[in-house]
Amino acid sequence: MAHPIATESAAPRPVVRPKPRLNLRSREAIAAYLFLLPNIIGFLIFTVLAVVASAAISLTNWDLLSAAQFVGLENYRYLLFDDPLFRTVMWNTFYFTVVGVPASIVLALGLALALNTGIRGLPWFRAAYFLPVITATVVVALIWRWFYNPDFGVLNYVLFQLGVDTPPNWLASQTWAMPAVIIVAVWKQLGYNMVIFLAGLQAIPQTLYEAAAIDGASRWQRFIHITLPLLTPTTFFILVISVIGSLQTFDAVLILTDGGPANATRTIVYHIWQQAFVFLEMGYAAAVSWILFFFIFLFTLLQWWLQKRWVHYEA
Amino acid sequence: MAMTVESRSEPRGQRLVIRGLSYALLLAGAFIMIVPFVWMASTAFKVPGDAFSYPPTWIPRPPSLDSFRDVFTQIEFGRYIFNSLFVAICVTAGEVLTSALAAYAFARLRFPGREPLFLLYLATLMIPGQVTLIPNFVLMRYFDWINTYQGLIIPTAFTALGTFLLRQYFLTIPRELEEAARIDGASYFKVWWQIIMPLATPALATLAVFSFMGSWNSFLWSSVMSSGDTVRTLTVALRALVTEYGTEWGLLMAGSLVATIPMLIVFLAAQKYFVRGIATTGMTGR
Repeated sequence: MAHPIATESAAPRPVVRPKPRLNLRSREAIAAYLFLLPNIIGFLIFTVLAVVASAAISLTNWDLLSAAQFVGLENYRYLLFDDPLFRTVMWNTFYFTVVGVPASIVLALGLALALNTGIRGLPWFRAAYFLPVITATVVVALIWRWFYNPDFGVLNYVLFQLGVDTPPNWLASQTWAMPAVIIVAVWKQLGYNMVIFLAGLQAIPQTLYEAAAIDGASRWQRFIHITLPLLTPTTFFILVISVIGSLQTFDAVLILTDGGPANATRTIVYHIWQQAFVFLEMGYAAAVSWILFFFIFLFTLLQWWLQKRWVHYEA
Repeated sequence: MAMTVESRSEPRGQRLVIRGLSYALLLAGAFIMIVPFVWMASTAFKVPGDAFSYPPTWIPRPPSLDSFRDVFTQIEFGRYIFNSLFVAICVTAGEVLTSALAAYAFARLRFPGREPLFLLYLATLMIPGQVTLIPNFVLMRYFDWINTYQGLIIPTAFTALGTFLLRQYFLTIPRELEEAARIDGASYFKVWWQIIMPLATPALATLAVFSFMGSWNSFLWSSVMSSGDTVRTLTVALRALVTEYGTEWGLLMAGSLVATIPMLIVFLAAQKYFVRGIATTGMTGR
């Protein structure tokens, strides 16, 4: 995902080599193909072929049991213009992303800044924040499902003690289910984003801060004029991967709410999974997956474009 | 420690305040990160019925291993642990080996079609797994590989991402060592195995821990591939527990705890590779 193509020209030509003979060349090529072989077989079948097949399936109406029926672009037409459920799905995914991603970025940046003030115990803090990152989303969602339990869970007990008389019925409430899922997602992702921010902060040259301090810049001014601008590449990198990750949310939704209540947390990948593997609507589900691809593609392009724009920032 | 620069004009008091606020923020955050896990462990070690006490209690009194016993006797958790472990090890070995081989060809060898092929690899990096999910499932069904280990392992063991990351790393290894070995008559394979691979250990380890974590924690592919019981992995088993034992929280939390521990051990043993992988490439085990 990181920094493709840019390094392409870095591959130097071999320095010392006897006069190129055709036979050496072809021997090198044969060796290369042998090296590639194990990976490329899998790559061609499970990625390249699968992509082509997925596009083909999206043009059909197919339940796996009877023969596929070619319907052209009908699935896409229906999804984009006629499908009220898909509109809900798009809205939910949008809601999840637009609330969750900025929340995660702001919190992670705050924590990274705090970690970067030279405090003691960085490895301990990092390990604590990493605990949710390394835990399976299924497990995380299960723990939180119990945490959110309206009758015996800790969360509402604490809220009640704090004076909230009628704490929300989190996962069973149409209003609160999505915020509840977002909280879990942000909580899980926080340590991950924090570590990337920390690396970005540590890459900012100290001399800039020293020079600014000598010029009498306050801490706040240094943050606004040095830290934030120099951190933009990192921030946008996190933004893009977080958006892409958010668009693909599935495990947490399945365990926490099963897409409910009343479709309030039905996200795009949940929709794909259910349509394909519960209702066997393979053509329709494949078409949804291509719409997902379209959005991810847009954000990947955005990242490449931004990366090019910011090359001059790199120290 | 970075950014400990302090301006001389800055009062000492302000510095202390900032330091204090930083600790407060980090401690509060760490508390929020850990509390749900403590709640999980607390429930898992209670006598099963005690999970439903109000107000909730943190210390299991008396502590009990009943839920853990149930997890291994009522449900075949031992088998699921084995399945998860076996699948994760095979996927990791497959991904690291095949990626390292292909990455060497892309990084070092010249052959017709190298540039277009590499572009094809790059282009697929942005394709989400959900696009290939359905056709791969159909293919597995056609092979009759559903509910088999090979069905769980093989489609996930060849990645363009691993190849790409290792190629980038191989490009940073100086060529001189290989050139000398080549002139001495070493084969390409020997050069790869005896020179490149040892030098690339940090990158290989990083890829390996993320590959292992991705496989251990993966759910979507495992769930469509293991509808039956025999090859079911831990995450899929936990999801099944929710449907079958939805309110037996002692059981569910004990299962969650058991599923977390192996990953925790890997993390503690290889923490620096996790940090390096995330900090340098934004690699993720989503």
